[in-house]
Amino acid sequence: MALLYCHDTAIYIQTTIVFEVRERNKRDYFLSQGLKNKNLDCILLEQLVPKATLPVSVHPEVAGSVDMSQPLYWDRLDTPLPDRAYKEVLTAADKSLKQKEKGPWSQLSKEEKIALYRVTFRQTYAEMKQPSAEWKTVMGGVFFFLGFTGLVVWWQAAYVYPERPRTFTDEWKAKQLKRMLDMRINPIEGFSSKWDYEKGQWK
Amino acid sequence: MNPRLSPTHCGTMFRAVFRLSATGARSLARSRPCYSAPSATRCYSHGKVETDEEFDARWVTYFSKPDIDGWELRKGMNTLIGYDLVPEAKILDSALRACRRLNDLASAIRILEAVKDKAGPHKDIYPYLIQELKPTLSELGISTPEELGIDKL
Repeated sequence: MALLYCHDTAIYIQTTIVFEVRERNKRDYFLSQGLKNKNLDCILLEQLVPKATLPVSVHPEVAGSVDMSQPLYWDRLDTPLPDRAYKEVLTAADKSLKQKEKGPWSQLSKEEKIALYRVTFRQTYAEMKQPSAEWKTVMGGVFFFLGFTGLVVWWQAAYVYPERPRTFTDEWKAKQLKRMLDMRINPIEGFSSKWDYEKGQWK
Repeated sequence: MNPRLSPTHCGTMFRAVFRLSATGARSLARSRPCYSAPSATRCYSHGKVETDEEFDARWVTYFSKPDIDGWELRKGMNTLIGYDLVPEAKILDSALRACRRLNDLASAIRILEAVKDKAGPHKDIYPYLIQELKPTLSELGISTPEELGIDKL
């Protein structure tokens, strides 16, 4: 059931009627069927609903509202025959070609065959498989942000980190090592076992 | 992952469906090894395994429906292209004739493009298929993408 808003009055109309009159040129039919009172200032449901399939001239990349309840067209290598033809609105030339298509195809010239192909499909397989330069953008972006991170890390080291503890100096570390050997840390298999106490050197 | 087994018949170059295996190309120029191994689209631990011939026959029958409609053609082709194989010439022949019944030349050319793409790195499959389909193509008046020049940019 579709809801039609008219001032304060809501008129409920069967959904099937709404779908039949989706196209703008059937607006009069809709009005005559649904609304007898011409004083009602109504917002037609079709205006509340996103636009139907985009017209032929609009590229699919354009961010318009696409009616997802209608069959869509797309170029995909793994879907050779999409749900609908690319061009739905045919010029007179296209229409006559379509008529000619009903006869023997050997009578069509190469250009006509290509034209028929382009009516039904947007890109050929070769065009679909065209390599793009996107990878350069991606890699450029990756390296840029890695570089930026490097700068951030350097700045941190220079300006954020506190002083190094004194335990990191060579002098302290030598004394620490001597203390560990004197304490016989891990004398069996570990640290002190590697030290030759008679000769005073590492084994 | 379905293991791809080589079709039957040593000596004959082409048999049933061309399976694209992950392990490598089966060049049409090489003869097939001689062991009987039914390939299937599904691997069951039980149940009957469909042979290549049954698979082909099923698809030929599908496209041979006299009053096939556009949706069925599209659905059939998209499904067929979804499989891990290049369809046999007889299936494609049936599909092209279905396009003829539907007065849809563009789809016929598209099918040929799709099949060439499906063969992937195995560059010898497509010329073979065109060779096999030559009688049908000339009978129906279908130009290959190469003849029309749309295989290039």
